[in-house]
Amino acid sequence: MTTEALTSTEYIRHHLQNLTCGLHEGQFHCAHNVEEAKAMGFWALNIDTLGVSLVLGLVFLFFFSRVAKSAAQGVPSGAQNFVEWVIEFVDNSVRGSFSGRNALVAPLALTIFIWIFLMNLMDLIPVDYIPFVAEHMGIGHFKVVPSTDPNATIGMALGVFFLVIFYSIKMKGLGGFIGELTLQPFGKFGLPFNLFLEVVNLIAKPVSLSLRLFGNMYAGEMIFILIALLPFYVQWTLSLPWAIFHILIVTLQAFIFMTLTIVYLDMAHQEHH
Amino acid sequence: MNINATLLGQTIMFAMFVWFCMKFVWPPIMAALDARKKLIADGLAAAERGKHDLELAAKRSAEVLREAKEKAADIIALGDKRAGEIVEEAKVKAEVEAGNIRTRANSEIEQEVFRAKEQLRTQVSGVALAGAGKILGREIDAKAHNDLLEKLLTEI
Repeated sequence: MTTEALTSTEYIRHHLQNLTCGLHEGQFHCAHNVEEAKAMGFWALNIDTLGVSLVLGLVFLFFFSRVAKSAAQGVPSGAQNFVEWVIEFVDNSVRGSFSGRNALVAPLALTIFIWIFLMNLMDLIPVDYIPFVAEHMGIGHFKVVPSTDPNATIGMALGVFFLVIFYSIKMKGLGGFIGELTLQPFGKFGLPFNLFLEVVNLIAKPVSLSLRLFGNMYAGEMIFILIALLPFYVQWTLSLPWAIFHILIVTLQAFIFMTLTIVYLDMAHQEHH
Repeated sequence: MNINATLLGQTIMFAMFVWFCMKFVWPPIMAALDARKKLIADGLAAAERGKHDLELAAKRSAEVLREAKEKAADIIALGDKRAGEIVEEAKVKAEVEAGNIRTRANSEIEQEVFRAKEQLRTQVSGVALAGAGKILGREIDAKAHNDLLEKLLTEI
């Protein structure tokens, strides 16, 4: 805990608060509490979310592109072996679920898988380390797990959503896409009902993608924070099993996000679904 | 935990990462994987070919070996036959030679016998002449005569 006077509620609130910075009352600064962050409205940035995901993305791309640059056809080195293993895993997933031909889908799936995996992995850093360091550097809040910020997950889901709409229109034409939204499942006489069903269906894709990831990671983070409220000498009895179990969730959520993205894009490429 | 422009930032970052991955990460690694796949396939094919070649060579070597054995057997048989012939020839030659030697020896022996007889005859006649001379010299002595005869007899 950061200070002795903090109550449990304050501690939890403190840990769940992003480092939100934006224009407030005419000047740029970072929010000290939830109310201030809210008052900044939409045009504010969660610097911690953006910064950590940027660093993780760069780590991923730096590592993979360095391997890619020196990729040899002969006996692979350890790093190349690992990268190839990941890439073949993603490639197999794409081949298994995606029936069309699109050079974007596999790299997209790889980026999603590794990036989200790294973001989720930040959950395994003990909950007090980063906020403690941040506080001593004069930063009030720092949430190190980007995927526990709905902005991050919705942001990625929106990216996928744009791609789904883009490829739906590209593959079927604007008319085909509108037809798909309005003419099934009940034919043209059930048009309003069809539209309602299909729009819900369409909107449900990004919502389920983002909220599933966010919900899982948020809940996991919350449990770590609750465990951190216990006396330090019993914490390990709960945090260790939860961390081990969380490794599974970290990987599984990244995999689910990737697989669903592939499936949604596959549906966007198909004439009938 | 409120929705704000972070969302847009994250979307833009996501798009850039995907673009970079698609441009600089995925193609080289896939190219390397494909190249390795081809390399391995080629290697396997070469190994298969090598195995096939080995089988052929083994078959050919077995054939050569068999031929050589046959040839060797032929040569041995020929040699045996030749040896038999040589022995036979030698035998015939030896017999002929032996016959020659025998006839030569026989004729020599006959000559020898003849010469011995001649000599004996001359000696006998000499002895007889000497005996007769002696008998003539001492006609009175019958006893001496007898003695001479006996002497003569023993000399013959």
